[in-house]
Amino acid sequence: MPKVTIDNQTIEVPEGTTILNAARMMGGPSVPPAMCYYSSLKTSGGYCRTCIVKVTKGSEKDPRPMPKPVASCRTSVMDGMVVENITSPDLLEARAGVVEFLLINHPLDCPICDQAGECHLQDLGYENGKALTRYKFRRRTFEKIDIGPYIKLHMTRCILCYRCVKVAEQLCPGRVHGVINRGDVAEISTYITEAIDNEFSGNMIDVCPVGALTDRTFRFKSRVWFTKPMDAHRKCKTCAGKARIWLKGSEVLRVTVRKDEWGEVQRDSEGGPLWICNECRFHTKKASDWIIEGPSEISRHSVISANHYDLATLKLDVAKQRKKLEGKKVLLGEGPLNPNNV
Amino acid sequence: MKRLLFEHINVPGIQSLETYKAHGGYRALTKALSMKPEDIVEEVKKSGLRGRGGAGFPTGMKWSFIAKPPGVPRHLVCNADESEPGTFKDRYLMERIPHLLIEGMICSSFALGAHVSYIYIRGEMMYVYHILEAAIQEAYDAGYLGKNILNSGYDLDLYVHCGGGAYICGEETALIESLEGKRGNPRIKPPFPAVSGVWGRPTVVNNVETIAAVVPIVNDGGDAYAKVGIGKSTGTKLISACGHINKPGVYEIELGLPVEEFIYSDTYCGGIKNGKKLKAVVAGGSSVPVLPAHLILKTAAGEPRLMSYESLAEGGFQSGTMLGSGGFIVMDEDTSIVKNLWNFTRFYHHESCGQCSPCREGTGWMEKILHDFLDGHADLEDIDLLFDIQQKIDGKTICPLGDAAAWPVASAIRHFRSEFEEYVKNPSGIKDVKHYYRIHNMQPA
Repeated sequence: MPKVTIDNQTIEVPEGTTILNAARMMGGPSVPPAMCYYSSLKTSGGYCRTCIVKVTKGSEKDPRPMPKPVASCRTSVMDGMVVENITSPDLLEARAGVVEFLLINHPLDCPICDQAGECHLQDLGYENGKALTRYKFRRRTFEKIDIGPYIKLHMTRCILCYRCVKVAEQLCPGRVHGVINRGDVAEISTYITEAIDNEFSGNMIDVCPVGALTDRTFRFKSRVWFTKPMDAHRKCKTCAGKARIWLKGSEVLRVTVRKDEWGEVQRDSEGGPLWICNECRFHTKKASDWIIEGPSEISRHSVISANHYDLATLKLDVAKQRKKLEGKKVLLGEGPLNPNNV
Repeated sequence: MKRLLFEHINVPGIQSLETYKAHGGYRALTKALSMKPEDIVEEVKKSGLRGRGGAGFPTGMKWSFIAKPPGVPRHLVCNADESEPGTFKDRYLMERIPHLLIEGMICSSFALGAHVSYIYIRGEMMYVYHILEAAIQEAYDAGYLGKNILNSGYDLDLYVHCGGGAYICGEETALIESLEGKRGNPRIKPPFPAVSGVWGRPTVVNNVETIAAVVPIVNDGGDAYAKVGIGKSTGTKLISACGHINKPGVYEIELGLPVEEFIYSDTYCGGIKNGKKLKAVVAGGSSVPVLPAHLILKTAAGEPRLMSYESLAEGGFQSGTMLGSGGFIVMDEDTSIVKNLWNFTRFYHHESCGQCSPCREGTGWMEKILHDFLDGHADLEDIDLLFDIQQKIDGKTICPLGDAAAWPVASAIRHFRSEFEEYVKNPSGIKDVKHYYRIHNMQPA
C-alpha cells in the first residue's frame, strides 16, 4: 500500500486513492476544500481547482516535484509522494486566487439565498478567500428558470461544478439537461423545451454546492438554521427511504439526503450512496409520514447547530426516556425511543 | 533554402492525385508498406521530428508511447483544428497540397497499426474540407485507401470530421471528446490519449504539419531529415508570417535560420512595411510571449536569435519566447501593444470552454481591465492587478488554454509596462477615438 505524506503527516492508503481522499482519511485542517468533487459521482472533480495541492516529491521511484499544482481530487497517490497543502504559502495564495475567481461573478446574495448556512462557497470564501474584492465590473447575471416541477435554477449563483450534470447522467436515465454555451456565459440548462422530471432528479439539489438549484417546495419557507434536522426513514418502493427531514415545530419543511461531514450523501453499510427519490423528497411532508430516528449529527461549527441542542446531552435523555417507558404498554413504533427496537 | 514539404507547392494542379504523383507523390507510401511498422517509428525517432502544433514534443517518442493491448483497435487523429490567431500554415498546406497530408496519414497509420484514422478539421474551413474529401475519394479510387492497400494486406479508412469551430477543440483531449460527438471539454490527464483516447482506445493526435513531415522522413530516411536544421530542432518548419511586413505568407524555413534574416530578407518577409521600425514580434502564435525588437533579434546574452525551438526559448519567459505553432506576428513602431493584447485576451475569453474556474472567470476579467485601459478608465494599480490575475491563471487549469491566455499578458507587462502607464496617465493622447465613441454610443464630432 502506498504511503503518502501530506503536510508532514504520513498515512498509508489503498492503491488508487486520490490525494484528497487520503487527506480526508487523515482528517484535520490539511483536507483540501472541494467544490466540484463528489465521491459518490463518477468522473466528478477536477473543474473548480480549489482542491489544488503542491506535490514536492512525485514518488519514491521518481522523486521529481510536479511542475504545477495538481487537482488533489483527480490525482492518485504514489508511494513516497510528498504533498504540501496548508504548509505552502504559495499554494494558499493560489487557492485564494481560485476562490476570488469563483466569487467575482457570484451575486453574494446570501441574505436572500436558501442555501445560506449550508453553502460550500460560503465556507470556502470564509476559510480561503479575501475580505475585499478587486473586481469593479458588473457581475454576470442570468434569468431564474424552473428546470422542472420541483427545481428552480438560479444560474447567476452557479459555479459550474458539473455535479448536477453527473447526477443526471448517472442517476436519471435519458438526461435532458447539461451545460450549454461556453466560457463565462456557459450555463446549466435543459434541452430546448424539456423539463427535468425523473424519479431521482431531486438529488441535484443536494449535490449543488451553492444555491443554484433549490427545492421549489422549500424556497423562502425558512432559513435552514431555524429548522431542526432529524434523521428519519420510511418505507419506499423506489429508494432506501433513509433521509433527513428538516422540522420547524412538527412541520416537515423539507427533506434532503443524509449528508456526511464533507457535505456528501451518506452511504449505507454496503457503501451504496443513500440517494432518495422524489416521492420521499417532495410528497411526504407530514411528520407522520416518517419514523424519526433522532437528531442528525451536524458539525458543531455549523450555523445549523447553533441554538439547537447539545447532541451529547440529548443522547443521555434518550436513555432516560427509555428507562421511563420500559414495561409500559405504549405504541412506540420503530423509533429509537422504543426499547423493543434495541 | 531547403524545402521538404513545399517543394512542389506552386505546381499548377498539384491538388489532383495525377499531378501530385507525377511530382514524386505516394513514393513514401509504397516504401512504407514494404517496411516494418516498427522501423518507420524508428526512422521518425531518428529524424528528431518534433510536434509542429506548438508544444514541440518529439513525435517518435509520442508514437512509441502508444499502448498496444491485444484486440483493441488503435487510432491516429490528425489535428487540423488550427485556430490560433496568427497561425494559418495547416490551412495553406491542406488547401494547396492535400495529398501530402493524406500520404502522411497513411504512412503514419501504418506505422501505428491504426485501421481507422481521422482528420479533425476546424468547422470554419469548409472549403478545405471539400478539398480534402475530394482528395480522399481520389486516393480511395487509386487503391491507396480502403481494403488491402496496394496488395499489402493493410486496410485503412480515413475520415474527415468537421468541428463546430471552437479553438478549444484544438487541445488534443477536447478534440477527442468533440470527435466522439460530445461537448468539447478537455479531459483531465492522466490517462493520456496514448492509453485511452477516442472511445477509450489508444490514440495518437498529431498536427497536420507533423504528419506531412513523415513523408520526407520515409522517403529519405530519418538520418537525412535530422541533417536539416540545427541541434535538436531538426527539419523544416512552416512559418505563417503576418502583420506589418512587406511579404506576409506561409514560408517553409530550415530551422536555425536567424530571425533577423527571416524578417528582413527578401526571400522571406521582406522587411517592415513602409520602411518603419520593428517594435515587437509574437513568434509562435498568439499564446506565446511577445518580445520587443531588441530581444527577438538578439538574445539577452547578445547572440543572434535563430528560428529554432531552443534559441527562441533562450532566457526563459524573462527574455525569451517559444517557437509555438509558427504564427509569426510582426508589429511596427506604430502598433499599440495594449490594444493588441486586448484583442488576444478577448479571443481567449471568447474561446475558454468554461470548465475550470481560473480560465473561465480570469480571462473575462483580464479582458474587461484591458478594455478599461483602452477607454482611459484604468488606474496604475490595474497593471499590477492584471499581472496578478495572469499569475493566478497560469498553471492552475486543466488544459494549456489558461496558460496561453496568461503568457501574452505577462510578457506584455514585463516588456512594455511604460506603454500601459502611458494609457493611464495620458488617455486622451492614445485613446482610439472611434472605439471610444462606439462603446459610449456617441457620434464622432
